[in-house]
Amino acid sequence: MDRIKPVLTNPLVLATLSIVALLAVGETLSPGFARGDQIIRLLTVSAILGMVAAGQSLVVIGGREGIDLSVGALISLGAVLAGNVMGGADGGILPAIFVAGGITFLVGLVNGLGVTFLRIPPLVMTLGMTGVIQGALIVISRGIPSGNAAPSLMGFVNRPLIAGIPGVLWLWLLLGIGMWFLLRRTQFGYAIYAMGSNERAAELTGLPVRLIRTLLYGLSGLLAGVTGVVVIGYTGNSFVSVGDQYVLPSVIAVVIGGISLAGGSGTYLGVMLGAIALTLLQSVLTTLQMEFWSRQLIFGAVLLLLMLLYGRTNRLRV
Amino acid sequence: MTLFRNRLWLVTLSALVVFFVINWILQPNLVTPNVLKSNLSVFLPVVLVAIGQTYVVLGGDIDLSVGPVVALVNVVTVTIIAALGGGASGVLLGLLAGMVTGAACGLFNGLLISGLRFQPIVTTFATGIIFGGLALLIMPTAGLPVPAEYWRTYGGAVLGVPLVVWIFALALVVIAVISRRPFFKHLSAVGGQRTAAFQTGLKTGQIRVLAYVLSGLFAAAAALCLTGETASGDPLMGRTLALASVSAVVLGGTALAGGSGSAFGSVLGALVLGMIGNVIFFAGLPFDYQTLIQGLITLLALAGGVLVARR
Repeated sequence: MDRIKPVLTNPLVLATLSIVALLAVGETLSPGFARGDQIIRLLTVSAILGMVAAGQSLVVIGGREGIDLSVGALISLGAVLAGNVMGGADGGILPAIFVAGGITFLVGLVNGLGVTFLRIPPLVMTLGMTGVIQGALIVISRGIPSGNAAPSLMGFVNRPLIAGIPGVLWLWLLLGIGMWFLLRRTQFGYAIYAMGSNERAAELTGLPVRLIRTLLYGLSGLLAGVTGVVVIGYTGNSFVSVGDQYVLPSVIAVVIGGISLAGGSGTYLGVMLGAIALTLLQSVLTTLQMEFWSRQLIFGAVLLLLMLLYGRTNRLRV
Repeated sequence: MTLFRNRLWLVTLSALVVFFVINWILQPNLVTPNVLKSNLSVFLPVVLVAIGQTYVVLGGDIDLSVGPVVALVNVVTVTIIAALGGGASGVLLGLLAGMVTGAACGLFNGLLISGLRFQPIVTTFATGIIFGGLALLIMPTAGLPVPAEYWRTYGGAVLGVPLVVWIFALALVVIAVISRRPFFKHLSAVGGQRTAAFQTGLKTGQIRVLAYVLSGLFAAAAALCLTGETASGDPLMGRTLALASVSAVVLGGTALAGGSGSAFGSVLGALVLGMIGNVIFFAGLPFDYQTLIQGLITLLALAGGVLVARR
């Protein structure tokens, strides 16, 4: 048992087992749940969550109670900006990505500056920023749905591109490889883990900790903005609260993926599996055709169970 | 500046005075009994939730489930009052059941976080989902009304003083009593230096659980006040209270890291937040811009609060 326990509580193993189990449950309850096209559909939804969770992962690994609760508002901002810039025309896609990504990157940098130089707790800074972005969204769109997705963007998200797989999934795969390379093969990546596990030591070795942390919040904003572009490609149009539903799942995917909220550990591969497991769970609960409240109860209970397995903090008595 | 060092709420009080004066200039009838009373009844729920949140934050934790707790308490109370026929004894039982529900939610949070060592942010997110689900189970759609006596009493006066003023005063008394108990010092110790507090023999687990129970109780009190305001049951009530209460706590000079601060500061912080909303409403800004300006002022106030508290 002593040898099995560490394997079972390894987040990667646990997330994979959950994915297999959830697929089996889904297929049993509703034959066709695990069919090829259904799985691609589920993966597309997971990809959207996975992209925003990538930014969340960076911020959390960077430590000092890192968390970005403004990602939901930033997704909405990215979607609304992109929708208005491209206005349903293919020629507008690239400018839309640049505008949405650029502005959300800048907003993320402001989050980072507040957290590092003014030393505002990340939770407060990013929640406060959420209020500001939501206000800006009302000014931009006057509260009504605005902007349409270009046909090519919708095709990229919803239709097969290469080998029967939509472009957005290839994009997610690329992001996964990019995140692995950034975190495990670059000095920048090592610096993130170093400052996440021991900020003082990282500072004393000469790492520009504040600069890196500011950049991490900027990257989280950028990834949320790009996620917003994908979201408008998925839904076809955008409205001011389209991103709200991703805030909590992005944090949960990070936790399920085995990244400690204390910072300094974890991998993005785990988060990708976590995003898939979370999407599957929601999908299975929908398939059960339960009422909303019972889905909420099960969802909350599963989260607590996951916390029990590996979200626990250290004992005071060592 | 030494005056401010241990009395950060004085800074918040100054901010409150400034916003109050601006509000008064923009809305000349502000200082009339009726307007003041209606302002207080609007601010009271946030004030109460912020007080409870203060104790959790002082202990180094956070409670993001306060919104769903308010919703759950609301539907429990309203359903019980309706089931008992809406008489005076039914109302009292309903109020009691509401407070018990709030305390139970707090106990649940506290046991998970302190007993099982769960991470507070994600745990209270998750329990919030569960409490919200339970509220929807008890009352799937908003609408069940409370008896007229309920909201008439809440909006009425006792001994010539509005009931909301009595509730506000009672909350201040409760704060004063708690801050003089050993519990308050112990809680600050647990939030400031948890390991050291443990090593000096404090029952850190019990203290943190008690803080969560207090948060649940104050959220329940806020829910009962909100019910007096809306006069009906709503399973989605209180959505904005988590953010508002944490903002009020930070504005009131309590460190989010735990260990120092006061519930009185949070009361002032909650009033400042309410005044900011008033000022923006009466400043005659274009409607589209009001949310943005409110967000910016709140963010600046939070940044200022953190900067002052850190020095």
